[in-house]
Amino acid sequence: MELAFTAEENAFREEVRAWIKENLPPDFKEPRSFEERLAFSRAWEKKLSASGWAGIAWPKEYGGRGATLMEQIIFHEEMARARAPQIFINFVGINLAGPTIRIHGTEEQRKRYLPPILSMEEIWCQGFSEPNAGSDLANVQTRADLRDDHFVVNGQKIWTSFAHVADWCLLLCRTDQSAAKHKGLSYLLVDMKSPGIDPRPLKQITGEAEFNEVFFTDCVVPRENLLGELGMGWTYANTTLSHERGPAFLAHQIRYRNTLLDLVSAAKTTLHDGVPATEHPAYRQKLAAAYAELEIMRYLGLRMVTSIMRNGRPGTEGSVSKLYWSHMVRRMQELGLGVTGASAMLDGEDAANHGSWQRGYMMSFAQTIAAGSSEIQKNIISERVLGMPRGEVWAPKERV
Amino acid sequence: MEFDFTPEQYTLRDEARRFLEAQCPPSHVREFIDDETGWSRDLWKRMADLGWMGLAFPEDLGGLGQSFGDVTLLLGELGRAVAPVPFLASLCAGQVVFRHGSVEQQRRWLPSVASGERIATIVIVTPDAAVVNASASGDGWVLKGETGPILDAPAADMFVVAAHDGEGARWFVAEEGVRVTPQLGFDRTRTIGRVAFDGAAAEPLSVGGLEPGSRVAVAAVCAEMVGVAQKILDTTVEYSKVREQFGRPIGSFQAIKHKCAEMLTELEASRSAAFYAGWSVDGDADDAALAVAVAKSYCSEALAHLAGEGVQIHGGIAFTWEHDMHLYLRRIKSDEALFGDAAFHRERIARLAGL
Ligand SMILES: Cc1cc2nc3c(=O)[nH]c(=O)nc-3n(C[C@H](O)[C@H](O)[C@H](O)COP(=O)(O)OP(=O)(O)OC[C@H]3O[C@@H](n4cnc5c(N)ncnc54)[C@H](O)[C@@H]3O)c2cc1C
Repeated sequence: MELAFTAEENAFREEVRAWIKENLPPDFKEPRSFEERLAFSRAWEKKLSASGWAGIAWPKEYGGRGATLMEQIIFHEEMARARAPQIFINFVGINLAGPTIRIHGTEEQRKRYLPPILSMEEIWCQGFSEPNAGSDLANVQTRADLRDDHFVVNGQKIWTSFAHVADWCLLLCRTDQSAAKHKGLSYLLVDMKSPGIDPRPLKQITGEAEFNEVFFTDCVVPRENLLGELGMGWTYANTTLSHERGPAFLAHQIRYRNTLLDLVSAAKTTLHDGVPATEHPAYRQKLAAAYAELEIMRYLGLRMVTSIMRNGRPGTEGSVSKLYWSHMVRRMQELGLGVTGASAMLDGEDAANHGSWQRGYMMSFAQTIAAGSSEIQKNIISERVLGMPRGEVWAPKERV
Repeated sequence: MEFDFTPEQYTLRDEARRFLEAQCPPSHVREFIDDETGWSRDLWKRMADLGWMGLAFPEDLGGLGQSFGDVTLLLGELGRAVAPVPFLASLCAGQVVFRHGSVEQQRRWLPSVASGERIATIVIVTPDAAVVNASASGDGWVLKGETGPILDAPAADMFVVAAHDGEGARWFVAEEGVRVTPQLGFDRTRTIGRVAFDGAAAEPLSVGGLEPGSRVAVAAVCAEMVGVAQKILDTTVEYSKVREQFGRPIGSFQAIKHKCAEMLTELEASRSAAFYAGWSVDGDADDAALAVAVAKSYCSEALAHLAGEGVQIHGGIAFTWEHDMHLYLRRIKSDEALFGDAAFHRERIARLAGL
């Protein structure tokens, strides 16, 4: 057990702090609508990229910073402390498309796609889920038929975040109708400006439109846009998913300390039964429980990082970590709404703190549904970690 | 950065587990569960031969000079075995003397505690409050008052007592004239009893206040609970693989699987919290008081839930006295109430974190 930071790590922290101080507008406030956030993100993320912070986890040979896990944590901690916005519009590019193309792409593909991801000139989306392929992702039906030098794509994707603003799409599709479920899939890199692609924004639970349905009608994709080999899509998709659930989450988790701080300040200023929520017996207990749960999330994260450093992969705590923190967030946001009292009946500008608790509460459901729902996580934990027998219901093959 | 035990520490844990599986199987534990004041002197003697009671005390006090982290692993293994010995009580009392006693006091009392010859217990109910009063008498002090249930008081011959000396709470040591009334413990594997002082002579430990001594006790009980919970989960998962209904193992039913996955999540979160609490009290980290409250509040509730699910998944068999599940459940439930329950420690968090 050793929790101290090294001199190099402390110097790194100073560097991050100085950069933020210089670059984050002093009057920065979290944008409230998707459109504002989009506009701000485009500029902010380019700025991050120009200073080499975008590809912080990318290897040096691909233009990244090759930062250690500890440095990544320090970076995210400092960004959270300053309440600087997280990577938003380029999340899929930097965290999912980049690593997947780096690992499975040809040399030409790496050369073509990685630089504009890193410079954040090209925005990516993840076209995996379909109306009948959610948890059971291998059931993807969107078909791509190979005709000489190109594929013809037909089908429908859904819940595709950022598809309406994206330049490129990671498309998981079926190229062999006769092969077994997991074997007939391939992975294409699709130009979103191609004819025959129609993204239609879906209004989300918060009232904003961030994800889409995407229709493909006789959309032509050059053969050279096939990632790796034909029929290997499922394997590559698993690479993408493992990055979705890997250390990229740490950035997210570190932010929840701000949620707790906001929760406590809201509680201090809202009366319940004539006393601030912090002094109300029930709320005081719940706030303290939230504090404890958040601390424990940090310990689980540190344990996971230790396992990765010791064994190259997270241990048991890695499997349970997502289940733990996603439900922690749900409780925290629910408490946020509760703490604000009667304002919980309002929304938007009429509600306390511009409706941020309403939005946070609604958004928190994404954590227990997306990136492997809680039920899927429990299937995985019980079958893979505890070795319990398979029944009629399945944990998705190889999905971790 | 390293947030885990070292490989050597895990070796120690594995050795302890093997030793206890051989020396303290459930059949041995059951020899004592019908006897209110009974506990295993044989096992105690064997543990003493291995130096366990002295593990975390310095060598010049008769110990092995290891870290408190090492003891937390032992505590976990003793919890796993629901060992019928006053280890937790004596360790906590010894740690209080170590952290609050003068060099002379440490030398007088600790070697015999570290060797296991002397069994001590810690007389507190919640970690922040005196339980009896101390008053000056002649050139010494005497204790007056009666306490609630005190862990392993019937086994103890030395009492480390949280008493109010007129100005505040501090630790006293009493050896003679202490009246113990054994009580029936919900946890049948250990002894428990009321303690009464009617002018018993006592000596104050030189460092005043109850912290950091009481904090160590709270961290210790969390470490024990994690070991018990691990045993419950292991037993439950094993059972779910062999018990068949509707022609297949109950562990293939998703309702059962999901309960087990939640239990593992509660266990790993508790383990992380208990680990950090143990580490923080060892080095008197700045956030030790908070870390301990975080751990006890979380472990108390999450592991009590885990233990209940363990019983549920076993069905009727767990409802029998013959089955061992109730021994673990009783240990967890009584540890839940020991040294402050979840609500108590959440209130401490609220105060310490300035909520
Ligand atoms: C905010 C948000 C953004 C998203 N962005 C993207 C994106 O950019 N790209 C993309 O491809 N996808 C995206 N998704 C989709 C996401 O991956 C899916 O929602 C998720 O995989 C669940 O699939 P589903 O919605 O079809 O639910 P279903 O799979 O139909 O699940 C419905 C319910 O059934 C349960 N269930 C399903 N199977 C089992 C089982 N075997 N055992 C027990 N219970 C089961 C689930 O847990 C859930 O409670 C996004 C989702 C959200 C919420």
